[in-house]
Amino acid sequence: MPALPLDEAGKYVAAAYLVFLALILIYVAIMAGRLSRIERDLEEVTELLERRQAAGDERETVRS
Amino acid sequence: MFGRGLKTLSLVTVALMVGAFALVFFYAPNDADQGFVQKIFYLHVPLAIVALCGFVAAGIYGIRHLRTGDRLHDLRSYVAIHLSLILAVGALVSGSIWARGSWGVWWTWDEPTLVSFLIVFLLYACYQPLRFSIEDPERQARYASVFAITAGAFVPLNFLAVRLADSLVHPRVLSTTGGAMPGEMRLTFLVSLAGMACLYVTLWKYELASKHATFRLRALKRKLADEDWPSAPRRSAAPQL
Repeated sequence: MPALPLDEAGKYVAAAYLVFLALILIYVAIMAGRLSRIERDLEEVTELLERRQAAGDERETVRS
Repeated sequence: MFGRGLKTLSLVTVALMVGAFALVFFYAPNDADQGFVQKIFYLHVPLAIVALCGFVAAGIYGIRHLRTGDRLHDLRSYVAIHLSLILAVGALVSGSIWARGSWGVWWTWDEPTLVSFLIVFLLYACYQPLRFSIEDPERQARYASVFAITAGAFVPLNFLAVRLADSLVHPRVLSTTGGAMPGEMRLTFLVSLAGMACLYVTLWKYELASKHATFRLRALKRKLADEDWPSAPRRSAAPQL
């Protein structure tokens, strides 16, 4: 098969590299979603910890 | 733990990838036979090689998991297979586009290289459903490791079988003559391969760090919430640490 002219071959090359770029971007987007879930979990843990601390302080006040 | 050295690795990856793409489009000459469409080679071949090496690495981590019982090795194996599958999709799609531009068809069933790669891809596509089908985390990790080792051993065997088979149209790159590539093409290919390998390791470490952080946080949340939190984690294909 003879080599494709540049204008036609360019489309295929661009498509192949764009597929790669799209894959990486999708991956990064999924990872960003996971990161925001970690952030949410971290907030919940902080809240739980603060609630626990507040309850402990209250008990101390009642005792004294 | 997994995030150590990630910043440096990310910078090296970016430098190598940018360098590789610059070499592909501004340095490497056009192929005398295929012309400009051959530029896909610098993306397609590194994607396929790194994906296959990732599958083998997953098998090695599977062996380490079975020998030591350390769940972190199972996590490493799981993430390696996950990333290799993504790269394999890239290799299949870019190869198909290249085939259309170069041979005039999207796919050919007569070519052992193409079909064998598809078989390897489909084999590993069964990995996640296999994990998800097993509820007990301990058993899940053990069976997944056995799968990773068996399938990982199949990859080099498959590679050898394809080497021994007659190739119809697909060229051989990793041969004793180096695929008869001129110096500029070989340098560009090697930089592309190094860039892809670095990208793989960076994403592997990135995902490991993210998964490990998630597990640690969930464990901490369970500990803090005491009895309010359900004791068994929900069913998942991902390893439970």
